[in-house]
Amino acid sequence: MALANPKQSATEARLTALTLPSGGWSEPARQDALLRLQAMGLPQRRDEYWKFTRPDTLLDSQAPTAAVFVNDDGRMFEAYDQINIVFVDGVFDADASDELVLEGVHVERLADIADKDIHWAKDLYGTLESKGQTPVERPFAALNTAFASDGVVIHVTGKPSKPVCLTYIHNSEVSDAILHNVVRVDEGAELTLLENGPAAARFNNVTEIDIADGGTLHFIRAHGRDHERRAVTHMFARLGEKSTFKAFTLTVNGVLTRNECVIELAGNDAFAHVAGACVGDGDFHHDDTVFITHDALNCESRQVFKKVLRNGATGVFQGKILVKAGAQKTDGYQISQALLLDGDSQFLAKPELEIYADDVICSHGSTTGAIDEEALYYLRSRGVPKSAATDLLTLAFLIEAVEEIDDKVIADTIVSRLESWLARR
Amino acid sequence: MAAVDQTQVKEGVDQDTVDAVREVGDAYKYGWSTDIEMEYAPKGLTTDIIRLISEKNQEPEWMLEWRLEAYARWLTKTEPDWAMVDYPEIDFQDQYYYARPKSMEVKPKSLDEVDPKLLATYEKLGIPLREQMILAGVEGAEAAPAEGRKVAVDAVFDSVSVGTTFQAELAKAGVIFCSISEAIREHPELVRKYLGSVVPVSDNFYATLNSAVFSDGSFVYIPPGVRCPMELSTYFRINAENTGQFERTLIIADKGSYVSYLEGCTAPARDIAQLHAAVVEIIIEEDAEVKYSTVQNWYPGDEDGKGGIYNFVTKRADCRGDRAKIMWTQVETGSAVTWKYPSCILRGNQSQGEFYSIAITNNMQQADTGTKMIHLGANTKSRIVSKGISAGKAQNTYRGLVSMHKKAKNARNYTQCDSLLIGDKCGAHTVPYIEVKNNSARVEHEATTSKVDEDQLFYCRSRGMNEEEAVALVVNGFCKDVLQALPMEFAMEAQQLVAISLEGSVG
Repeated sequence: MALANPKQSATEARLTALTLPSGGWSEPARQDALLRLQAMGLPQRRDEYWKFTRPDTLLDSQAPTAAVFVNDDGRMFEAYDQINIVFVDGVFDADASDELVLEGVHVERLADIADKDIHWAKDLYGTLESKGQTPVERPFAALNTAFASDGVVIHVTGKPSKPVCLTYIHNSEVSDAILHNVVRVDEGAELTLLENGPAAARFNNVTEIDIADGGTLHFIRAHGRDHERRAVTHMFARLGEKSTFKAFTLTVNGVLTRNECVIELAGNDAFAHVAGACVGDGDFHHDDTVFITHDALNCESRQVFKKVLRNGATGVFQGKILVKAGAQKTDGYQISQALLLDGDSQFLAKPELEIYADDVICSHGSTTGAIDEEALYYLRSRGVPKSAATDLLTLAFLIEAVEEIDDKVIADTIVSRLESWLARR
Repeated sequence: MAAVDQTQVKEGVDQDTVDAVREVGDAYKYGWSTDIEMEYAPKGLTTDIIRLISEKNQEPEWMLEWRLEAYARWLTKTEPDWAMVDYPEIDFQDQYYYARPKSMEVKPKSLDEVDPKLLATYEKLGIPLREQMILAGVEGAEAAPAEGRKVAVDAVFDSVSVGTTFQAELAKAGVIFCSISEAIREHPELVRKYLGSVVPVSDNFYATLNSAVFSDGSFVYIPPGVRCPMELSTYFRINAENTGQFERTLIIADKGSYVSYLEGCTAPARDIAQLHAAVVEIIIEEDAEVKYSTVQNWYPGDEDGKGGIYNFVTKRADCRGDRAKIMWTQVETGSAVTWKYPSCILRGNQSQGEFYSIAITNNMQQADTGTKMIHLGANTKSRIVSKGISAGKAQNTYRGLVSMHKKAKNARNYTQCDSLLIGDKCGAHTVPYIEVKNNSARVEHEATTSKVDEDQLFYCRSRGMNEEEAVALVVNGFCKDVLQALPMEFAMEAQQLVAISLEGSVG
């Protein structure tokens, strides 16, 4: 079908600023992705899937300027023993990065392996992204597959002793980074993958995750506190039998963030948890879009999203559980909650269920409201000043999402960071 | 998994297909038709047809202009495709837009003059068009105790209103209850003021089509401070083949008034799908309250999805004054395809909207239904309770919007939607939109999907109930919240309907 004109011209305009990398094992996947992108076109304001988030600034051929935020907090997860890989404005920083050697996991850079004709990542690169384009199109992910300049490919073969951490530093006001990561977790293997930093003035990130039977991946992301950055990220995960995927994303500020999470429970008894906490202030727009497909027996999925919004910030949640015919004994759970700290902020949600199997339990809940006046009154009557009481209640609200993280040390790191941010206001 | 296993057996080869077909056929009790001489407008939709409809209804010029403008708008509109329903393309030129019994050419002056065939039709449907103590149910009225209740009925047959009962008695209270065509002639000032003020002419594809071609429907005006002395109801019957029914209902509840309005509908079983695109507008002024209840039982098509009514309806209530209140209750068991979102605009401060719905889909039926709660005023409240039941190969979607605007201070919404699946070939979907633009508003949404509770079924069966009775009881328990909101006689009616509709899947 021919595309409507505005869509086509927006797509063409965006593409003129990009060059398709050629050669090596990834070339066919990149070419396919470009064709996919051209067929669907980049999203427009009236697209149903972008009903609550304006894609305009993500379409511009040049990234809108974003002042670099001087972060005096220190790097998130810094104190944690890890293998750290650093990208500055989407460009690998060898000096700042650790040596990519760790037992139980092979980590390589996409740019390093680009020229090879054969690589295991070929089976995965663009594969899950392509599959994730139905039933809903995700054009920015296709753009990423086609044009990603770098990223990491991670093959988890055992149970490494420490996490792998990707650190994304934003250092240029006009940077426009496109990074694509691929993670393969072998049968019974387990990894914790950390991600932190604002990355660039505009960041397009895709992470494709394939977890084999019995494998486990913990994926914990912390994005922020950079005010003017824009980001569109996608994670595509496919879960084998009895595998586990647990993702958590913390977002603090940022003028525009769209995090899409697309999970397919393909093996029986698999387990997927995705959670997110976000704190938005002022000119902040944060969108969590989640699509979980149950396509096997006895799987469990859980979505827990919490947003605290103030000074006119906007929070968006579009979550969907799709239970395919035959995916019996599914247990799907979804909760999205927003705490609006003032009358200017808003929360827009579409928590959706689509179910074709009868022996399942799926529930979703969504609540929006202000701080509980009674709880606030109680705390104040016990001598807690109003601002401290508000912070305490806000933190308590967010912690329910942070608690979805298994690793207590990481969870505590996030909580203490949240505490200091809230107090600083 | 007894219920599911039964379904599988039934859909497998083991079961006598002939029996199953008969059973499902039996379930729809209103599939007969009335053999009566009809006159039709020529097939298709043109400005000439619209002029003809307007002329048949003896409408003033302004009404015709209104229709023609709607038609011009409709030509520029495209059919909505976002609902989770799938049906063959509708050829809008291949159907009749106006059909009336020949005997209605000269409108009868009283019910005594109405063609006996028509009276017999409504008698058979359980809606005797007589001014006596009757019961409002759309069926089985004789089975229920008729103790001192009066219900006024406006009976619409294809494109025309056949008659309206109790008009004189209602007039004594100042209540106007008549067909919309009569209202356009007799009360043009009210119709002109309110028609299209809640559902604008170009609101959506089907509402625009309705605005161009609506032929009849009901009109209600309750003057200030009047509690309508009896329940009002309209019974819609499609009889003619290849004919769309486009009814228009306009209800105005002036300051401090109250009315309870019931609506029922059925159609003969025909192989070719028929279109029903209605618009209902309700205006509720300060301190007024309207209860609007529907038992929608259009022909659902056969078990293979052949025939049935395409029910594309726009219903909206505007709570214009402070403390205005609207309660929508719907029991949806019929129609091949349903596309219907009775909505509440909560404009007045402290106005309230409630929506209670049971939607049951069976065989190949598809329903995409729900509500919109638009909170504009301060301290507005809304409640949504939706129960979707899907059996056979049916698809049932709840789609709803709760919108809290900036000025809707301290507004509250509570939404609960549950879906029940009977068998593993059907689907249940929930698509809620929640937009909160002020922090004093509180919005809560909950939804669950589950199968018929095994323990409850087992318990019922251990007490000697058969499978079918047990499922009907469990499902009724599941739907109790909604059924309790119905006027008493409709609740009894609906409980029968629940049992009937599930017959096909469990029996």
